[in-house]
Amino acid sequence: MKYTIRTLIGAGVLATTTALSGMAQAAETIKIGVLHSLSGTMAISETTLKDTVLMMIEEQNKKGGLLGKQLEAVVVDPASNWPLFAEKTRELISKNKVDVIFGAWTSVSRKSLLPVIEELNGMLFYPVQYEGEESSRNVFYTGAAPNQQAIPAVNYLLSEDGGKAERIILLGTDYVYPRTTNKILRSYLNSKGISDADIMENYTPFGHSDWQTIVADVKKFASQGKKTAVVSTINGDANVPFYKELANQGIKAEDIPVIAFSVGEEELAGLDTGPLVGHLAAWNYFMSVESPENEKFISTWKKFIKDDNRVTNDPMEATYIGFKMWGQAVQQAGTTDVDAVRQAMYGQKVKNLTGGMAVMNTNHHLSKPVVIGEIQDDGQFDVVWETDGVVKGDAWSDFIPQSAKLKSDWTYPWACGNCSVAKYAAQ
Amino acid sequence: MTLARKPLIMRIGNDRLARNVLGLLLIAAFLVPILNLWVPESSPFHVPSYVVALFGKYLTYALLALSVDLVWGYCGILSLGHGAFFALGGYAIGMHMMRQIGERGVYGNAELPDFMVFLNWQELPWYWYGFDSFGFAVLMALLVPGLLAFIFGWFAFRSRVTGVYLSIITQAMTYALLLAFFRNDMGFGGNNGLTDFKDILGFSLQTDGMRATLFFLSAMAVIGGYLICRMIVDSRLGRVIVAIRDSESRARFLGYRVEYYKLFVFTVSGVLAGVAGALYVPQVGIINPSEFAPANSIEIVIWVALGGRGTLIGPILGAVAVNYGKTYFTGAFPEGWLFMLGGLFIVATLFLPKGIVGTKSIIEGYERYRLRLAKYLRPYDYVKGGSGR
Amino acid sequence: MPKFKLHLALIVTTFAVLFSSPALAIDFADGVQALNAKSYSDKGRAAEALAATGHERTVTVLTALLNSELFYQKSDGEVFIAKKSGKVYILSSPLTGADLGETKKNALKKIRINNKLRGKLKGLLGGLTLMSADADQRFSAADKVFKASDPAMLGLLERALSREENEDVKSRLTRAHAAIVLEHSKDSSARIAAAKTLANFTNPDVASLLGKLSFLDDNGHPIEKDAAVFAAIKDAHKTVESQLSKWAVLGNLFQGVSLGSVLLLAAVGLAITFGVMGVINMAHGEMVMIGAYTTFIVQDLFRSHFPEAFDWSLAVAVPAAFLVTGAVGIAIERGVIRFLYGRPLETLLATWGVSLVLQQMVRSIFGPTNQEVGNPSWMSGAIETSTGLVLTYNRIWIIVFSLAVLAMLAVIAKKTMFGLQMRAVTQNRAMASSMGIRSGWVDALTFGLGSGVAGMAGVALSQIDNVSPNLGQAYIIDSFMVVVFGGVGNLWGTLVGAFSLGILNKFMEPYAGAVLAKIFILVGIILFIQKRPRGLFALKGRAVEN
Repeated sequence: MKYTIRTLIGAGVLATTTALSGMAQAAETIKIGVLHSLSGTMAISETTLKDTVLMMIEEQNKKGGLLGKQLEAVVVDPASNWPLFAEKTRELISKNKVDVIFGAWTSVSRKSLLPVIEELNGMLFYPVQYEGEESSRNVFYTGAAPNQQAIPAVNYLLSEDGGKAERIILLGTDYVYPRTTNKILRSYLNSKGISDADIMENYTPFGHSDWQTIVADVKKFASQGKKTAVVSTINGDANVPFYKELANQGIKAEDIPVIAFSVGEEELAGLDTGPLVGHLAAWNYFMSVESPENEKFISTWKKFIKDDNRVTNDPMEATYIGFKMWGQAVQQAGTTDVDAVRQAMYGQKVKNLTGGMAVMNTNHHLSKPVVIGEIQDDGQFDVVWETDGVVKGDAWSDFIPQSAKLKSDWTYPWACGNCSVAKYAAQ
Repeated sequence: MTLARKPLIMRIGNDRLARNVLGLLLIAAFLVPILNLWVPESSPFHVPSYVVALFGKYLTYALLALSVDLVWGYCGILSLGHGAFFALGGYAIGMHMMRQIGERGVYGNAELPDFMVFLNWQELPWYWYGFDSFGFAVLMALLVPGLLAFIFGWFAFRSRVTGVYLSIITQAMTYALLLAFFRNDMGFGGNNGLTDFKDILGFSLQTDGMRATLFFLSAMAVIGGYLICRMIVDSRLGRVIVAIRDSESRARFLGYRVEYYKLFVFTVSGVLAGVAGALYVPQVGIINPSEFAPANSIEIVIWVALGGRGTLIGPILGAVAVNYGKTYFTGAFPEGWLFMLGGLFIVATLFLPKGIVGTKSIIEGYERYRLRLAKYLRPYDYVKGGSGR
Repeated sequence: MPKFKLHLALIVTTFAVLFSSPALAIDFADGVQALNAKSYSDKGRAAEALAATGHERTVTVLTALLNSELFYQKSDGEVFIAKKSGKVYILSSPLTGADLGETKKNALKKIRINNKLRGKLKGLLGGLTLMSADADQRFSAADKVFKASDPAMLGLLERALSREENEDVKSRLTRAHAAIVLEHSKDSSARIAAAKTLANFTNPDVASLLGKLSFLDDNGHPIEKDAAVFAAIKDAHKTVESQLSKWAVLGNLFQGVSLGSVLLLAAVGLAITFGVMGVINMAHGEMVMIGAYTTFIVQDLFRSHFPEAFDWSLAVAVPAAFLVTGAVGIAIERGVIRFLYGRPLETLLATWGVSLVLQQMVRSIFGPTNQEVGNPSWMSGAIETSTGLVLTYNRIWIIVFSLAVLAMLAVIAKKTMFGLQMRAVTQNRAMASSMGIRSGWVDALTFGLGSGVAGMAGVALSQIDNVSPNLGQAYIIDSFMVVVFGGVGNLWGTLVGAFSLGILNKFMEPYAGAVLAKIFILVGIILFIQKRPRGLFALKGRAVEN
């Protein structure tokens, strides 16, 4: 029986070591979790955001940190592995005791970590444009909701300046963001008098690289006599081969303009944009917009990354705004306690890099301006249209019947992300 | 040969390694939940919840590795598609938990899961029927992977597809399923998969008690899985299977219906993988098509190889070790962890050809490497297939 | 082709006639200044007015505006033509073309245009260059006029038609003329004739125009009130459409062959390392990736040192990629794989590790983002037949390149000493060794060859896909499928396998969509292997058994 005793001791040792490793050290600094994939398929986009957060932390520390404490980044790599996002969130909050997390890019990674961050009452800043239909008490969405990107973009295509499109092709990668966005767009287009016969929808897998057939289909669909435009929700990696095929098959922006929601300066960096001049993108930020804040941001970024050719993009601005707002909210609350900071977040204002003020609303989405730009031959965008003021992000789209009746407001008396009546009835 | 006649428990009792590992696992299965739930957090003996969740997950991987070892280690079928059985098991339980959400979904639709509501599905597709019953879901978690393994094996083994051809078509199978589940039109939530689970059998998933329970169940499942595999490989049938691994045509010429033996282990293995998946999903809270990714299946094979192929205990250790390493490295060296993991695979294949379990010491592994090095430096002394000197 | 020179004065007078409205006749200098208007529609009007002046510099100024080379000075709003040169801009006067020295970037602001304006500018330039001395310019001018479909151009077109001698240009001019007549004329017999003329042009743009004219209004009546004209349009539309769909099949075939050539390139290296040597080489994709990055480096060197020879960069990149990846391959073979022969499954593990390390290495050296690899001019654009068939140059070259690579491999394997030794070692190592072949080195070189070929594939793939650390991962599974489908150890199998999978995929895609087509292909491969458990071209003999 001596082996049993030995195994018993073994089990004890196992339990003890795991227990010890879990014990937290006293916090001397304010810890900030950075949860962006540094390897795998999403590294191509997310690594930039990790660097942005690190840059913001460095800048803030130069100014003396927050509440008299220095900020400390805790960087982990969820490796583009969706369940790993949940695991790493738990680790960051329970083990590393971070006060806030900046991270995630894809919808599925956000959905994966959502139950964890809600259970442990953490705080996440999510910096990417997304499909909406969500409002979590523990997440602040600093990217665009569909009404801050998709709807204005389509409005532009239908307008006089945008070429008065009468036929729309919705191309997307087959996942939830394009599916939802296109659902919203279809119902919006119907309301504008464009019938289903004049709408073509097509979905491709992630990383799709052979676009010959689809580009040929686009040409065919466009040759029915009505002015046609393409709305692209094609994701990251697949864009370079798509645009290369577009350019080679000679689709000119004057004939069939393509407006994209996931193509920014960073995606264009891998392309010769000469043949693509005039194709469009809708965002809340372009690097080419001239403002003192933007100039400073760009020069700080180039210095931080030690590369004069690196570009900035919209999710970086969303990270910038989120970080600044969080800093202000912490200072206002006088603590990094999640509940206190959340209360202080509402109504927090930060200057947009494109001018105007971004405001955090009680539905955890920002009010931001919308800009539409045309691709130039230097890989930048020229703004051809922008909203007069800011547009308030909608968590729930008005164009999906079941979601139109929902409202998100995390302040009294609503205190709810998806209710049709207030939780606490106001007298 | 005398080993086979003794009762299973005695055979394991005589196997020192198996006894130690399983003993440790059994004790941990009881001790860890206790230390987590009833020892105060201030105590040095407290096991934090995230550790429980983490090791619970590793144990489901261990069971998965075990299932691969059964077919690869003992029958010589290198499956590069076992992730598919795992994911299918997971989807079955995921569908049940999805149905359990009911009116608590964001749209408050009792009938349809959220992802169907916002994509304007009007009614539940027929293949979702029945999943509101826990029993049915569990049955499906066993049946669907088992059935897929059976059908796939039925075709492949009867046609005598072997070796790399078999490996590549298992890969094609999981890749095709990846693409299929990825389509939103399939009605499995597309790329996002199934998520936002609330509870199972009325118990909330987001509690320490539930995590401890799942940990306990996973540990027991690994022990149970080991016992089943051990029973199979120690039996007469197991001998035939090993014979098939060593020389398939010889076994066939001796009169054994090779394809049926293969089909049997492949199906059992598929079911085990499905069980692992069913235990995995409630613990990580999400199931999506990326579990079907061919890379995942390759990684399972690596756990097995690293732990020791054809040892049953080895894969358990390999799965836990590699995944613990992954968790640790991705946190500690976020930028360089792939170097370490990749390096580990290379070093392990060169120095530990029999895995952790099969190699008694690192030094032995190194000696073996040197011997092979010598062979290549003076190839004429060691001509492969030659009579030698 | 006979060139004829045309006096500038003629254009001037033509335009003076065309836009004779006195309100538009403005001073050229004011006109140029008016381009710097706030709204795009004002800019459009200014451009029209400018075209009407008939000034000799109009084409230059409008082209500059189209190419984003027209700027205004921030201080006083004066308009200049500016060309970027390094960090500064070189200014010239839009009025005289005189050199005005250089200035810093932030003193200037670009005069922006949008798509609508861009279309308009192209139309105007089309009219202005319709009589150009250069046939290519006239050709594209005719197309621009066709697209703009402006009735004001009719007179000009007729004049151009009457003096045109180049057949190609003439045909395009006829097309433009017919289109304008059909759309804008009041004479129904001329319109019917125009519709008949257009029916001879099998082209998507013509189909589009005819389609537009044959629409029905909300009450189901044709928007075309003249019944005879409507019938003619309908007929023409039907003819063009049916011709187009015939050509589309050919286009589909081309796409299939093109996809097949990509698959072949991706797989052919693997056909050696995996097919011939039996190494389950999971690092194959990374060799492709390294080849693509070599292209990037070579192009970078060309950009900084010999920018004028950029078109030749790929000619250097191909051998460079072969050598770099070949060397990496030999290093991997010598360092890792040679200890694992006879244990193919362990090569899977080790090469998987190698692949992770290589990926991360590239990521840390070059960063995780896409690198820009340019298309040389001879690989951009497409052969566009008048029938709407588009054959892109990069795809044509890739097809040629893939066949060339395969031919090269076949020659090496069959005609060289090394090829002989390679085949000997893979068939019977013991025998080969006893015949005095240094099997170790043959292994290393064979693996190097397979890797080098993968690197060359990377050069080609860099022309159509992302150059990022993930590049290789995208092709590895497909490559294995192709090799196994074709039959392990058989180069011809790989060739036939790649092309049949490519063509099959492309013919299914229009009906099933990209995802389903791929699923069907995979299921097809699984079923096919049941029928032929050793692939399309199975090797016979003893070597097969193990």
